[in-house]
Amino acid sequence: MTRKLLLENDHIEGIRTYDVYRKNGGYRSVEKALKTMSPDEVVEEVKKSGLRGRGGAGFPTGMKWSFLAKPDGVPRHLLCNADESEPGTFKDRYLMERIPHLLIEGMIVSSFALGANQSYIYIRGEYMYVLQILEKAIQEAYANGWLGKNILGSGYDLDLSVAPGAGAYICGEETALIESLEGERGNPRMKPPFPAVKGLWQRPTVVNNVETIAAVVPIINDGGDEYAKIGVGRSTGTKLISASGNINKPGVYEIELGVSVEDFLYSDQYCGGIKNGKKLKACVPGGSSVPVLPHFLVCKTATGTDRLMTYESLAEGGFETGSMLGSGGFIVYDEDQCMVKNTWNFARFYHHESCGQCSPCREGTGWMKKVLHNLELGKGKVEDIDLLWDIQSKIEGNTICPLGDAAAWPVAAAIRHFREEFEWHVNEPVLSQTRNFGLVSEKSFITQTV
Amino acid sequence: MEELKPNIQFPQELLDEVQRSVNMFPEGKQKSALLRVLHLAQAHWGYLSSDVMDYVARLLHIQPIEVYEVATFYSMYDTTPVGKVKLEVCRTGPCMIEGAEKIISYIEKQLGIKEGETTPDGLFTLKAVECLGACGYAPMLQAGEQYHEHLTEEKVDELIAMYRQKPLANYMGLKHD
Amino acid sequence: MSEDAKIKITIDGISTEVAPGTTILNAARMIGGDVVPPAMCYYSSLEGSGGKCRTCLVEVSKGSEKDPRPMPKLVVSCSTPVMDGMEVRNTTSARVLEARKGVVEFLLINHPLDCPVCDQAGECHLQDLAFEHGLSKTRYEFKRREFDKVDIGEYIKLHMTRCILCYRCVYTANQLTNGREHGVLKRGDAAEIGTFIEKNLNNDFIGNVIDVCPVGALTDKSFRFRSRVWYTKPMDAHCECTKCSGKVVLWMIGDEVARVTARKDAYGEVKDFICNECRFEKKEKTDWIVEGPRTISKHSVISANHYEREIPKHTILLNKA
Repeated sequence: MTRKLLLENDHIEGIRTYDVYRKNGGYRSVEKALKTMSPDEVVEEVKKSGLRGRGGAGFPTGMKWSFLAKPDGVPRHLLCNADESEPGTFKDRYLMERIPHLLIEGMIVSSFALGANQSYIYIRGEYMYVLQILEKAIQEAYANGWLGKNILGSGYDLDLSVAPGAGAYICGEETALIESLEGERGNPRMKPPFPAVKGLWQRPTVVNNVETIAAVVPIINDGGDEYAKIGVGRSTGTKLISASGNINKPGVYEIELGVSVEDFLYSDQYCGGIKNGKKLKACVPGGSSVPVLPHFLVCKTATGTDRLMTYESLAEGGFETGSMLGSGGFIVYDEDQCMVKNTWNFARFYHHESCGQCSPCREGTGWMKKVLHNLELGKGKVEDIDLLWDIQSKIEGNTICPLGDAAAWPVAAAIRHFREEFEWHVNEPVLSQTRNFGLVSEKSFITQTV
Repeated sequence: MEELKPNIQFPQELLDEVQRSVNMFPEGKQKSALLRVLHLAQAHWGYLSSDVMDYVARLLHIQPIEVYEVATFYSMYDTTPVGKVKLEVCRTGPCMIEGAEKIISYIEKQLGIKEGETTPDGLFTLKAVECLGACGYAPMLQAGEQYHEHLTEEKVDELIAMYRQKPLANYMGLKHD
Repeated sequence: MSEDAKIKITIDGISTEVAPGTTILNAARMIGGDVVPPAMCYYSSLEGSGGKCRTCLVEVSKGSEKDPRPMPKLVVSCSTPVMDGMEVRNTTSARVLEARKGVVEFLLINHPLDCPVCDQAGECHLQDLAFEHGLSKTRYEFKRREFDKVDIGEYIKLHMTRCILCYRCVYTANQLTNGREHGVLKRGDAAEIGTFIEKNLNNDFIGNVIDVCPVGALTDKSFRFRSRVWYTKPMDAHCECTKCSGKVVLWMIGDEVARVTARKDAYGEVKDFICNECRFEKKEKTDWIVEGPRTISKHSVISANHYEREIPKHTILLNKA
């Protein structure tokens, strides 16, 4: 039976309210941390847990926390990244909407660990109704002495507020988030300096994803070692997966890291298989930015081993035959879907979301979108496919922030695995407008040396 | 000093809300409240005219250009008039494969407008937008603060009828019944 | 480390010692010559500038003496500080040249090909960059982005279609004038420099945005279409000015002052910004103490006319016709 750490009490009626949340063991981790632990001990537990950033990058949280600069007399800040906007990802909204106090509890313990006395939850503007749920929960937390001055008589003070964005995917990038929280355009900053040294208002700052902060609660309650027992290797604990696309049971699932992709995709406990008895064509396992996998690389790696829902297994084979766990946005495509159209759709998204600061992303995302649209409409040339490859290769790695990579990777992966479908669009300009290509042919990667 | 436009003034209740937003940040960092104050202004006046933005600049003691820069960066702000109800249909990835395009054409047909346009009576604006974080419940649209998921043509009809009766859907960020 | 301590950096095999905190780009400029990466947005006297255009990307093949690992990605030389023992490859790196070619192409796909009628031609950094690093043919088959020309006051013409969004003019207004009135509006490739509502930019120092603009997006209305820059004769001159240093370059046509600009260094940067009065109002030779012909690099098209000789005015007019 799968253990749930975050959504354990999801089914309980009224869990959104303080009273019910508290009755079901809520805020125990705050009591434990503030009464019996030092901030460094909290950091130590998080390090032991092996928790890695749940927003997409997968960086070890404890290590990120230990990088925080602590100059005398300079306030530090913890910011929660609730700017969830990666296509395919909707887990943070689910968590905040259903169990807002879990995030608040995590914010208190994490802020305590970092010595932050003023923390913020930056939430995407479109989630305005969730902002109101969070603000209500924060009011309850203040009223019950979990926020404010001298929490639990520990001498620790914390103020927590929610700040809305206003429609910009880029603000999920941590320095753009900081800019936005300062009331600026969401233009990412150049690094260094890193936020851990100069972040919000030039003060040392940690930015963590909603799920990451929520995971601190069970880690403190049960201990880092206990958390680390779940999972495989360096992928410890549980992960929220947002499942969407052509599956029978889309939704948010909490999985133990290490579940096989096959199990996740086909078992009734999770996605319940492909809808309408269709065949699997492709899967984007970690949100729109990560490489798409063709059907034959979804459940198995190129070497034939079972692919698992872990950071390592999803990445096995590198970008040639693997992908990434990313933010856990698991998008499934059946045989009727067009990968050229889907790639164009994602390219349009990244073009729309580019902040426009640096030239490769500003100009390159729009160019890719236009070339892809021509291909999708059957107006492309074979050389366009090579041109696209060249454009994405000149964006990747050459931009201020990771949005450039995020725009380039889906295009690269689509060409890598679905080139024959792209060529079919060129060679069958009429047919491709009325029919779909179906599955791409299976390639053997074992003998291929690239 | 330019003249204050007398008709551009938040009611007291919203001024209190502006004050609360400013108080969330340390002294001197009131610009951090800008995004929220712009949401309030848009909810109150329907869109962000240059007069409204100049007023917000004065409230927060910043230059008007700083407000224009921000208001034109974020996709949720309208700097030109829009309908009372903005129907924003997600068209990205999972919503596309679940039929967002069909929903958009259906609304176009029902309202007699094209995507990006406003009905002549000023009631509805139809917009296609990028991912709203509801991929598992596709297709979907947002109207004001409300998410409407698992859309079908019938559901769209109901929504249009409902908002025709109670066109409150653009009041993002304001407490209302 | 004491203040005068120096750290060692090697760029394309040439070593030098610089003060800690120096960026790779500035270290390269100390060496000079071919090792200097091009820069379209960085401007040393404007705080916060740089990092955006990506033309100055270089490869760090050795991080430092302490940590010799190479940096995995190319880095922007304008904002990456030198570490002791760092080894950098600019023109000796195929990766850098390939990436730079890409950046030049990105900058050009939406840039109009109107050099023949652009006032900046001859002193345009994008023109130089494209000449040195670009492809001779475009691969872009779509309609280029276009904007209407905007008057932003009595002195300055904004031709947004040519803008490469370097943000220099925004930093200039932020740092030289009180109460910036123009900025970057919208986002992505729809982003534009503008005032949002019609504004007359007339701050005493706003004219400097013309000098910092690397392309022909911001031009001097009093000079527009008057002459190709290589038909004018640049002279260093100065005046007693209460607002600024008064150190300028007069761009002469015969005895007539066609244009006044601040003095730019070898990298096109102004160190002494000048006021609007010096730039726009003092258009008589008698307003100035002329120091003599300005030294112009012999590689520049501006030096093509052997301006050290007095050129009679009528000759210029004939050439123009």
